[in-house]
Amino acid sequence: MMKTSFLLIVLALAPAFTFASEWNLDLLMHDLAAVRSDHASFVEIKSIAMLDKPVKSSGELYYAAPSHLEKRTLKPRPESLTVDGDNLIIARNGQIHRLQLQKYPEIAAFIDSIRGTLSGDRTALEKNYKTSLEGTPERWTLLLLPTDPRMQKVAKEIRIKGERNALNSIEIIQADGDSSVMTIERLTRP
Amino acid sequence: MKTHKGILLWLAFITACIFTIVHSRFTADLSAFLPRNPTPAQQILLEQIEDGLASRLILVGIEGGDPERRASLSMEIAKKLRADPRFASLSNGEDVYGERDKAYLFEHRYLLSPSVTPSRFEVAGLQEALSESIDLIASPAGLLFKSLLPRDPTGEMARLLEQMESAPMMQDGAWASKDGKRALMMVETRASGSDTDAQQRAIEEIRKAFDQSHAPGMRLLMAGPGVFSVNSRETIKGEVSMLSAISISLIAILLLLVYRSFVALILSFLPIISGALAGIAAVSLAFGTVHGITLGFGTALIGEAVDYSIYLFVQSGRDKDEWIRRFWPTVRLGVLTSIAGFATLMFSGFPGLAQLGLYAISGLVTAALTTRFVLPHLIPAGFNIRDVSAIGDALSRKVALAKRARWQAIALLLAACIVLFMHRNDLWNEKISSLSPVSQADVALDAELRSDMGAPDVRYMVVVSGKDQESVLQTSENASSILQNQVELGALGGFESPSRYLPSLRTQRVRQMSLPDPATLASRLSQAVAGLPLKAERLSPFLADVETARHQALLQRSDLERTSMSMAIDALLIRHAGRTSALLPLKARDGKDIHAQAIRSALAGLDGVLLIDMKAESDHLYSGYLHEAILLSLTGTALIVLLLLISLRSWLRVIYIVLPLAASVITVTAALALFHQQLIIMHLVGLLLVVAVGSNYALFFDRGESGISECSPKTLVSMLFANLTAVAGFGLLAFSRVSILQAIGVTVAPGVILALVYSAIFAKENHG
Repeated sequence: MMKTSFLLIVLALAPAFTFASEWNLDLLMHDLAAVRSDHASFVEIKSIAMLDKPVKSSGELYYAAPSHLEKRTLKPRPESLTVDGDNLIIARNGQIHRLQLQKYPEIAAFIDSIRGTLSGDRTALEKNYKTSLEGTPERWTLLLLPTDPRMQKVAKEIRIKGERNALNSIEIIQADGDSSVMTIERLTRP
Repeated sequence: MKTHKGILLWLAFITACIFTIVHSRFTADLSAFLPRNPTPAQQILLEQIEDGLASRLILVGIEGGDPERRASLSMEIAKKLRADPRFASLSNGEDVYGERDKAYLFEHRYLLSPSVTPSRFEVAGLQEALSESIDLIASPAGLLFKSLLPRDPTGEMARLLEQMESAPMMQDGAWASKDGKRALMMVETRASGSDTDAQQRAIEEIRKAFDQSHAPGMRLLMAGPGVFSVNSRETIKGEVSMLSAISISLIAILLLLVYRSFVALILSFLPIISGALAGIAAVSLAFGTVHGITLGFGTALIGEAVDYSIYLFVQSGRDKDEWIRRFWPTVRLGVLTSIAGFATLMFSGFPGLAQLGLYAISGLVTAALTTRFVLPHLIPAGFNIRDVSAIGDALSRKVALAKRARWQAIALLLAACIVLFMHRNDLWNEKISSLSPVSQADVALDAELRSDMGAPDVRYMVVVSGKDQESVLQTSENASSILQNQVELGALGGFESPSRYLPSLRTQRVRQMSLPDPATLASRLSQAVAGLPLKAERLSPFLADVETARHQALLQRSDLERTSMSMAIDALLIRHAGRTSALLPLKARDGKDIHAQAIRSALAGLDGVLLIDMKAESDHLYSGYLHEAILLSLTGTALIVLLLLISLRSWLRVIYIVLPLAASVITVTAALALFHQQLIIMHLVGLLLVVAVGSNYALFFDRGESGISECSPKTLVSMLFANLTAVAGFGLLAFSRVSILQAIGVTVAPGVILALVYSAIFAKENHG
């Protein structure tokens, strides 16, 4: 009896063990790539050396595979940032600015890392970052370190945490020491 | 002796004409539609069309392949063209000036930013500006501006960037259309838009660069004013050569059937060729350039110029001197009638029409004189045309019968008058586009590429004129603040102004004076940061920059060189003939029209400021031409009547001659109205041609004075052949794709037939 239940436990655990040993970046990317669109709320806290206290903002995130990403800030004041392919659209103070992402490496560095993760595009990520994955499918942390010297001037590291195919937080440490932590909560099931 | 003199003179004349033509410039741009004595508003339109930046732009699209291939092709072509001195600039989204642009704006932000006022640098103003900057840094766009905060905590750079026009969409590093199916480029030629030859070379150069890149499956599209004039010149050239080839062949076959002599055939063409050469040479000498419209008209005139030699050959038979004595006075009167009709056109303010008038007169006079003084000496001895007496007799019987159809003709004429009365309000097409030789496909492509580029066609433009750059910029600034007010009221989507990139010296000085000295600024700053998460010590670079700006040299036009804003300044700030003008193009709000009257009254207080509705202005221009042309034609008609009265000295005979001509004009116009063809200026020219050609018929039928009561069968035959050739010459134009040629064709071909028939019907019956 005792032996049986022990076996059962072992049996029950077995898949998890095998899963854990085989689980890797490719599988995570595969899981992430399966999400074609996503909608989440966020709270972001930025610590900027120049400012004496952190600033907080919140809003919603929209994503559509492979390259559409929208960050709609609702507080402290409504504004939005939309990325579509190479184009960056910032709506602020009732005005819309269309910028070309590649002209602004400061922004491109972060957007590419987040978009690359969301779309599960390992090749795109590894073009500009050294990646390392820790944890389990239920609780993983993807660490991105920029390899491109131009990007190293802006970003020191990007730490993305998640469970299965959902992102929970994005932490960015900039080269100048400023940092931001964005906590994400999925609003719709893909 | 006299023989040789005539021929020698003619040869010398023809040589001179050819020499002139070889050195002529041919164009097909809008210049033909531009007024010769423009109003100030039209003058600006005119300069823009002839030499403005907009006239030098070629919009290029690349289709086919995948986005990456298109973008790399765009960069490849751009690289080649940037190295070519014929192109002033090439924009395709590649960052050529980005750093210089940013540096220009940042280094001069306190001179450029409209928010630099004394109150902005008071404690309250600073506090407001700082909290806004903190919000900006916390915002998604914050990363762009964070590094600027210590030097620019009041956010002037962000303010300046906000004003800049947004660029087209990017795809793989190059501009692309919104639907992502095309790569886009904007090429600026160094040559002006009115230099059609240079535009053609530029277009060929772009195509060559594309072809050299060996891109199978890819397509190159081009649009813009220069492309328009090159294409329409090609179209007109192609149509003119094809239609003249066909009409010459038709006429040649007809003449050969009658003459049975190649020498006579060639001789018949001498007046046509001489007339055409003289016409082109005269226009070239008088106007500097020959417009495509004029060349097209030349084709039309073949049909009339050939008539003179037909009259000579068919009517004279063997005795040339007899013809000169008996018939030449009638032909001469016909030529004079035509001259009277066309002469008034030369006074038109519409250069296209004036060119036609001059061409017609010099062409017809030369053709008639060649027929009279050169041909008789060249006719081969023993030349005799086919015996046409049988046709002549048959025609005589028909003509006798025709007179019985008078009442039917009068009924038809009355019906035509009723039709005209019913269509009196929509008889004329008053839009300038009706005259444009540009194809619909070209116009559609241009509109498409423009919307891809996010650069809609500008309809409304505020124009500020003044004696120098400084005063014009000052007034532009006043106009800008009124326009900005309209934007905030929602009446306007936005606008551009040169003062945005280059403020007037006065404004720059005022802005500079708003900046406080370092000690004052430092103390105000330390009060302003109270309560904000920002320490004043961090902002010492700001203090340094403001201090530099207080002693900075004011911006001059030359400071903009090698930035992308210099292109904007070149387009928006124009110097011409000792006068400076600034252009402020207006943008409507999405889906809304601009209420011109409201904007106009808002700007009313400013001197030298004008709101131009480009579309209304050019339509107005054309309807002005149209009304003028109608008036000139009526004057021409009066001149014709006067001329006939002087030479014939009989009201009755004049009426008998004018009646069939008037009847043909009325009937043709009514028929066009029935077929819903609205009349443009070229229909009017066609009607004048009907009068010119028809006057010969009417005069031959008249001939009362010479004592020969009825038209001889030979004369009738000559008229029939002249009529057939005229129909062959003009009728083909009715099939042209170029609206102006088509208009002449559909008017003249039926018109000359009617003129002959009416002349026969209404001819005076001498012996009951």
